[in-house]
Amino acid sequence: MLTSLVLASTESDLLAARNQMALTLGYHIIIACFGVAFPAMIFVAHRRAIRLNDDTYLELARRWSKVAAVLFAIGAVTGTVLSFEMGLLWPELMSTYGDVMGLAFALEGVSFFIEAIFIGIYLYGWDRLPPKLHSLMLVPIMMAGASGTFFVLSVNAWMNSPTGFDTITNAAGEIEVINVDPLAAIFNSAVGLQYVHMLLAAYMVVAFSVAATYAIGILRGRNDRHHRIGLLIPLAFACVVTPIQPAIGHFAGQRIADEQPIKLAAIEGLATTESEVPTIIGGYYDGEKVVGGIEIPIPGLASFLAQNSFDAEIVGLDAVPEEDRPPVNIVRTSFGIMVMIGTALVGLVAWFGWSWWRRRKRPESKWFLRAVALSGPAAVVALEAGWITTEVGRQPWVVNGLLRTEDAVTDAEWIWASFGVITAVYALITVAGISVLRSMTRRWRDGEKHLHTPYGPPEQLADAPQPVEVG
Amino acid sequence: MELADAVALIMFIGVIAYAVFAGADFGSGIWDLGAGDAEQGGPTRRLVDHAIGPVWEANHVWLIFVLVFLWTGFPEAFGSIMSTLYVPFCFVALGIVFRGCGFAFRKFSDDLASARLFGTAFAAASLITPFFLGMVTGAIASGRVPGEGVGDRWTSWTGPTSWVGGALAVLTCAFLSAVFLAADAERLGHAELTERFRRRAMVMAIITGVAALAGVAPLRLDAPTLSDRLLGRGVVFMFGSAAAGLLSLWLLHRRQFHLARGAAVAAVVAVVAGWGVAQYPWVLVDEMTIAEAAGSSATLWGLLIAFGIAAVLVLPPLAYLFWLTDKSVLGTEFSAGE
Repeated sequence: MLTSLVLASTESDLLAARNQMALTLGYHIIIACFGVAFPAMIFVAHRRAIRLNDDTYLELARRWSKVAAVLFAIGAVTGTVLSFEMGLLWPELMSTYGDVMGLAFALEGVSFFIEAIFIGIYLYGWDRLPPKLHSLMLVPIMMAGASGTFFVLSVNAWMNSPTGFDTITNAAGEIEVINVDPLAAIFNSAVGLQYVHMLLAAYMVVAFSVAATYAIGILRGRNDRHHRIGLLIPLAFACVVTPIQPAIGHFAGQRIADEQPIKLAAIEGLATTESEVPTIIGGYYDGEKVVGGIEIPIPGLASFLAQNSFDAEIVGLDAVPEEDRPPVNIVRTSFGIMVMIGTALVGLVAWFGWSWWRRRKRPESKWFLRAVALSGPAAVVALEAGWITTEVGRQPWVVNGLLRTEDAVTDAEWIWASFGVITAVYALITVAGISVLRSMTRRWRDGEKHLHTPYGPPEQLADAPQPVEVG
Repeated sequence: MELADAVALIMFIGVIAYAVFAGADFGSGIWDLGAGDAEQGGPTRRLVDHAIGPVWEANHVWLIFVLVFLWTGFPEAFGSIMSTLYVPFCFVALGIVFRGCGFAFRKFSDDLASARLFGTAFAAASLITPFFLGMVTGAIASGRVPGEGVGDRWTSWTGPTSWVGGALAVLTCAFLSAVFLAADAERLGHAELTERFRRRAMVMAIITGVAALAGVAPLRLDAPTLSDRLLGRGVVFMFGSAAAGLLSLWLLHRRQFHLARGAAVAAVVAVVAGWGVAQYPWVLVDEMTIAEAAGSSATLWGLLIAFGIAAVLVLPPLAYLFWLTDKSVLGTEFSAGE
């Protein structure tokens, strides 16, 4: 009786903890993309401005850097919340495995340090540093963004493919970690593909989001050079990264087939181990099979995609006991959404690429602009769907096959409260952040070049001998 | 020196760096909070923005550095600390979110009302964050975080030592930043702000010193292990801190702001280092030693190497950033608007 009571409350708290982690991680990952990929776009604009002595490019670089200042601040603080939560929500994970996977976090910390330093120099270096030197400050930011992504993804990949240690059960029946090899943990078998997949995703999210902003501007009648270039730079990035992504995703899927077959079984909705498995799009897994989906009329397509052979065997969910299976429909649906959006985005850049190749112009159709406007939010949805696929697909494990999420969670009793508070706070900073960004663009549209901070009443500001310039 | 001791030492250097650099940033927020209404407070707030704008994100990373070293080098201690001190760490996390967002949003807000709102969030969070971090420190220093299992989630961090820790943290931040802001205002040639912060720095030096002395009594009763060592082998640091504090007071009196800044930093470094020396060899006082908490030695070596990499890659650009900021190469064009 007592046990069941304890378990019941734990289960609910576990749900709260998982929700809180999902919210804060899902939030930070969007902002983090901007920290990783936006500097590269600013760099292109800034360098072209210097080389061509072109004010439009310069204005874009300036404005983007100010937008980046707002986003980087949100990224820095939401990232810190995550490092707190590693201990607050999952103390058992950290106590047991902290010294196995921690080194990657330490190296990520080095990356973040470099990023923060050069962001400070770049954002506050406008009109202060020589232009060429100033623009070069973006290079370490880009490199640190890429290396930081690697180390964070390394930790996540390690949770999927834990390596670099052995375990023994001690006298008290607890699992003890021995023979730690931190380098083997960092360079685990999953990290390569997961890293490239995420790095490309970051560039896609930022490219399509920035492009969407300018597409909307053009659709609203602001079809000037500023908007056209603001659209072209991110689209150029999108053209480079988007077509590679499906291939990387495919290989990542093949790795899952080998190393996390149950995750793949959930993605396919495959109850029992079978060969010549077809690919079914959409539909709903009813506990035995997928119903209501569309089967692609190529026999054994899923087998081929997973194992390079049309009659290959794919492991079904029944290979493990029921309590070791992830919630199939969440994994399956989010995977489907990710692939669908990814495919559509490839189509979009193909449309753009074709037009550019033939006519050195973007497609003139309004539908193109509308599609680009939609691509920003779509890329974000695909990013989230991908993370849901991999994270929910690993359940019920936090460290695959070794530590259950329910065993890693804290036994604090007020997680629903902290989840509620954090939801409210994140909603608040989202509303505030959007309103600040909107007010910035409004003032830019009104022709303000430098944004003044209203430290005091307007009449007092009017008397100020020198205006305070920001950023 | 044992490997684990070396890692602990490096982690503690991170604690000191965070106390000094982020401490000054938090303190600036505290003065921002007390700067008065929009009309009176404008000049102070401009000075604060000018002083911490380029550096606050980099200074903040020291906290990440400490957290990562703690959970990688001493994973079990990290688990215990975060489990037991769930509540104050939630407040710290919220404070960090509101401080950073409030600061960045205020800079780009377009009217007084929103600037006031974001500014208040930034400033209030700058007060509560060091306060709760100080309480956390008190909990660990008074032996209330157990090595095994979970301590009481309320009383662990609300004992007398925690209150001393919280109060001292806030006072130290305010003192340090007042000295920094006086030096900044002088360099920018703003006589009135220089004078204002000079006065505040001197008052805060006295208050902080008195509070530190007064804190000894509760510490004797509540944290015997720590206070024994603090008054034993740590006493030289306490005297050093007091001497540096008095020196900064004298230098402020003589309007030698640049030197006063150095003395103020020395005072803070000495008091934090004194705590560290008094706490050695415990990670969790009375509960878990550095050696007991240490993770695998391969990882500890990895951390030392990571620190070596960081020293080469991070410290030179960090020095460059500080140099640029100090020379006012970076930053908003300063005018107090009067």
